[in-house]
Order: sequence, then C-alpha cells, then structure tokens
Amino acid sequence: MTSSFEVNINKDKCKGCQLCIFFCPAKHLKLSSDLNKKGVKYVAKKEASKCSGCGFCFLICPDYCIEIYESENI
Amino acid sequence: MPNKTRPASLKNISTHYCSGCGHGILHRLVAEVIDEMKLSEKTIGVAPVGCAVVAYDYWDFDVCEAAHGRALAVATGIKRCRPQNVVFTYQGDGDLVSIGLAETFHTANRGENLTCIFINNACYGMTGGQMAPTTLVGQPTATTPWGRNPKSGEGWPVKLSEILATLSGVAFAVRSTISSPREVIKTREYIKKAFSNQIENKGFSIIEVLSPCPTIWQKSPINAMKWIDEEMVKTFPLGVIKDK
Amino acid sequence: MKAKTSKKVLMSGNEAMAEAAIKANCFFYAGYPITPQNEIPSYMAKRMHDEGRVFIQAESEIAAINMVFGASACGVRVLTSSSSPGVSLKQEGISYMAGAELPAVIINVMRGGPGLGNIASAQSDYFQSTRGGGHGDYFTPCFAPYSPEEAARLVMLGFDLADFYRTPVLVLADAIIGQMMEAVEFPKESGFTKKLPPKTWALTGKSGRTANIVKSFFLKEGGLEVHNEHLRKKWQKIKENEQRSDTHKTNDAKYLIIAYGSEARIALEAIDILRAKKVKVGLFRPISLWPYPEKNLKTISKKIRKVFVVEQSLGQMVEDVHLSIPEKEIHFLGKTGGGIPKAHEIAKFIEKHAK
Repeated sequence: MTSSFEVNINKDKCKGCQLCIFFCPAKHLKLSSDLNKKGVKYVAKKEASKCSGCGFCFLICPDYCIEIYESENI
Repeated sequence: MPNKTRPASLKNISTHYCSGCGHGILHRLVAEVIDEMKLSEKTIGVAPVGCAVVAYDYWDFDVCEAAHGRALAVATGIKRCRPQNVVFTYQGDGDLVSIGLAETFHTANRGENLTCIFINNACYGMTGGQMAPTTLVGQPTATTPWGRNPKSGEGWPVKLSEILATLSGVAFAVRSTISSPREVIKTREYIKKAFSNQIENKGFSIIEVLSPCPTIWQKSPINAMKWIDEEMVKTFPLGVIKDK
Repeated sequence: MKAKTSKKVLMSGNEAMAEAAIKANCFFYAGYPITPQNEIPSYMAKRMHDEGRVFIQAESEIAAINMVFGASACGVRVLTSSSSPGVSLKQEGISYMAGAELPAVIINVMRGGPGLGNIASAQSDYFQSTRGGGHGDYFTPCFAPYSPEEAARLVMLGFDLADFYRTPVLVLADAIIGQMMEAVEFPKESGFTKKLPPKTWALTGKSGRTANIVKSFFLKEGGLEVHNEHLRKKWQKIKENEQRSDTHKTNDAKYLIIAYGSEARIALEAIDILRAKKVKVGLFRPISLWPYPEKNLKTISKKIRKVFVVEQSLGQMVEDVHLSIPEKEIHFLGKTGGGIPKAHEIAKFIEKHAK
C-alpha cells in the first residue's frame, strides 16, 4: 500500500510570499508566470515533481491557500 | 497522516494581512488547536488593537474587542464570570508590553486562569513601524531612524516572558517562533499546552511568538524568517522559560 | 409577641448604592480605591463574596472599567465605582462600552477638581457626565441622587435601564451623598416597567448558535456612520422616555431654584427661610442630568418670573437650563473647590435678585 498526496492550491488567496516554495523539500512548488485576482504571481505546482506529503507548505502558508489531501493507492 | 486542511474555526476568507505576515499562520494555529481540543463552542477570544484588531472577522467562535493594551483586563472580566469557558487574548508587543503593561503584569500576577498569545514582531506594524518595547538594539524604525539606541534614552528590548515567569501566578511561559515548518509545529504544541493548562486550572500561561513583519522590516518574507533565526533569537532566546 | 421590625436601615450613601447593586443582581464588581467612594468596594468585597459573585480590586481604574467591559460582554450585570479623577481614567472604557453597546452601572462620587483637586464635595463633573465624557459621539444616561435612599433606587433603576437600552448608565453622586448616613428603605423593584430583552448578543461560547462578536470598531467605509445613526436613535428614545425630575413647592411659586444632588437638599432649607419671609419660591430638582428633564422644566417654569440655578461648580448645569428655558431670566450661584452654597447664602442671593 502506498500513499499519494494531492496539493490543492487556491491561487486567488495567494499573496505571493513564496514561503511554501522556499520550505518545500521536494521542490514541488514554483511561482506562476501570470497574475491572480490579487494581482500577484501565485504559487503553482511543478508538473514533473511529486509531493511527499510532508505538509511544510501548509504549515508555513499564512494565507490558507494550500490544502493537502492523502489518497491511498492499493 | 491526516489531511492538511483549513480548520473549521477559521473562516474561509482572505485576510487583510501583508504578504508573509505571521498573523495568518498564528490565526490558523489557534483555530487548529481549538478544533482539535473540541473547544469551538467553549472558547471566548479577546482581540487586540493592532494589525490583528479584526481577528474576529477570521475566527469562527465568540470574540470580544478590547481597547489598546486592555485585552487581559477584558479577559479577566470574561473568565471570572465564565470559568467554564476557555478564554485567551491575542496581543502584539505594543499592546501587551507598552500601553498595557500594567494590565499584563497584574493579570499574570493574579494568576488569572487564562491564556495569552503574544505576537512579538519587534515593531508597531499597523501604525507604520514605530519603535516597540521589543525593538532590537540597532534596529531602525520610523521613530528610531538610526536604529534603537539605548544610550539615547530609547531603552532596551523588554523580555516580557522572562519577567512574567518570575511571578507566582504564572504557570507556563515560553518563547517560540514560526520561522520554519518545524517551529510552527512547536508553537502549535505550546498553544495546545497553554489551553490544556487552563482546562486544568493551572493559572496564567503566556506563549510569546517571534513573528515576521516583512513590510516594516523591509525584507522579503523569506529573509524576514531568516532574520528571526539569525538576529531576533539572540535577544529573545527560544524555549520554555517556566513550566509549573 | 413578634417584635416589630423596621424595613429601614441606617446606611451611608455609598453603602446604600453598593447594597442596591447586590439587590439588583449585580454579578461583577471591579474597582480601585479612591476617596470619597471607598465604602463601595469595601462593602462589595464582603457582600459579593457572601453571594458567590465576583469582586476584583483592579490595578487601576482603567483596568477596572475594562474588566467590567469583559464581564458585561458575557451578559452579566456589572458595576464599577470611583470618584472624579478615577472616572476620568475610566472614560476610555466608557466610550468603548457606549460604542459596543454594553450595559453597566458606573457610580461617580464626585470630589473637587481639576487635577487631584481635593476630597470635598463637588458637582464639577456635570459636563463630563452629560456630554459623553470620552471620545466619540455618544451620551450616557446619568442620574443624580439627593439622598442615600434615592441613590439606592437610582442604582437599581440604572441596572434595568442599562440592560433595556444596552448602554452604560452613570449614577452621579457627590461626596456629601456618598458619605452621609440616613435611614434607607430599599424598594422591591426599580420602578422600570419595560420588559428587558434577552441578551442574545452575549459572549458565552457559540454553543447552539453562530459566533457572537462584541466590538465598537467599524472600519468599512460607511460602517461607523450606520452604527452611530443607530446609536443616535437610541439616544433619542432615551431622551424622550427617561427624563426624571422632582419639584417642591412649585404650585404657587414665582421664583424657582434649580439644583441637584446634595445642593438640592440645601435648597430646601433656603426655601423654608424664604417662604418664612413670604417669598414664593420653589425647587425644581433634576434627577436625570442626561437626558436633562427639559419637558418638565418647561412646564413648571411657565408661571415662574425668575430662575436661580445653584451648583457646587463654576456653572455647568446652568447651561442646560439656558438651553431648556432660554426665554427666562436666569441667575447663577455657584461655589467651587469644596465650597458649598449654604441655605442662607442662597436665600440672600434670591432676595437680592427677586426685588
């Protein structure tokens, strides 16, 4: 049994502080090239990398834009 | 590992805080602990004057306003009338250590059975970055443009938690930070312990949290976190100061 | 044979007000020592303990009023007391309570000012008490007793009125009323007959309801204007419904003394002196200082030729008299700094101007 993790990003809540990007050990996150409703470059997932589910991004995000869900693969 | 999602005691809205501000993280930690301990229907919070003045717009439990510096007097009134509730204040350095020092000191000295969450960002954020009682020596602010200089009569940084720890009424005094995910987890545990202390009628608990203010510090959010780790902790060492 | 017991108790005004608060189910008291009101916290310390309620000697008047703010936010009946300099310190909290619509009774046993002044009787906090007192657009109902028994009644009334309108209420006694001892009979009811609304706004933990917030802060554009207009309607309602006053020998009076608190008692003696000399003089005694009892004053003063306002101040209430009956000839006699206009002085003053 293995687990996979889904990172949900509410891009319009993001204020672009980049703390999640800095602290993500898997380097799974990046800054977008476009702007969100707040007018800032927001956090986005890199397509090629994989979330380890450590939750660091959730813990450090001051703006509640990141949620992580675990799903079990049997 | 449980899902990492927004706690129910935190409303699903965007805050007014600046990018990288520590208040967002601390609001969430308080809400998480309240939900985990199933206290949302028992909690009464007291919001300060300062950047967190509208904390009640973000939390989903009963909250009372307090005049600048008076949150612990207000909390005393609440807790004495409703000892069955869990009561906490959420206050900044100007609120708790400067204008409200008398209320802070005497609430702690009476050993009021409540919880004080003290956000120390070494400046007055809301009013534009003036010197706070916790401003570091040499730290430039709007009112100490050449850096805080004790020799010019600007005083030294006040280590409130150490001072309060000397009082018999204080059960728990700790200083932590939220400068990394690891420290965030620790701070969460301290908040939980402080609420548990209150449920066990242990007396006054204070959790001082070194928290970033990137806007006033004129640093990127990441560099603000680094400044806490590299500079702020030299004046304000982390760890449990008192655990009775 | 059963002994006949009197319902009257010999008490000082301060003790009578404290006992009235106990009888009105005041659950929380916080205060700080200051003369001449020290009998109130001493009395409350013992009685609140006996009743299983909360008494706190606060570290300052500022802390006391803010403790009262928190306790009131929980929906219990709250009291604080002080004297003039201490009440100045409480003004921040009173303004917040008016803004957050929190009920409370606040007793001010007035002493001399400005500054530390002295501890003698004075009526120099009239402006502060009737014009809001702190910052912002607000009023607080204010009642001035002229005897220990009336002081007790007004404290009981104050609690009902505070709960009904959701406002802090001041009971403005002077040092003489606070310190004098007299037989006091406590009424069973306050005399306030309107039904008190349930405190659904109180902070009790959000069990079974959505979260409550107690606040006076309205940052959003237009928000404070809406809130203050709501307050304005409330003040207007209080102005219409809560004017209170008393009269003495006004039926045939040509001359009218207007005085409140201890000065009104002294005026009664002046009236006896003048009536003995066939000077037809009566007394109008405001009990509510805000709202000022202008309706009754207008009616009473219709047949009055001259009005004499007597105060233990340099002239504060006299301004409300001018506003209420601007067409009348009004004379003012006031003493300050512990000076008290005596009965024979009032009589002499009136004789001089009545000619």
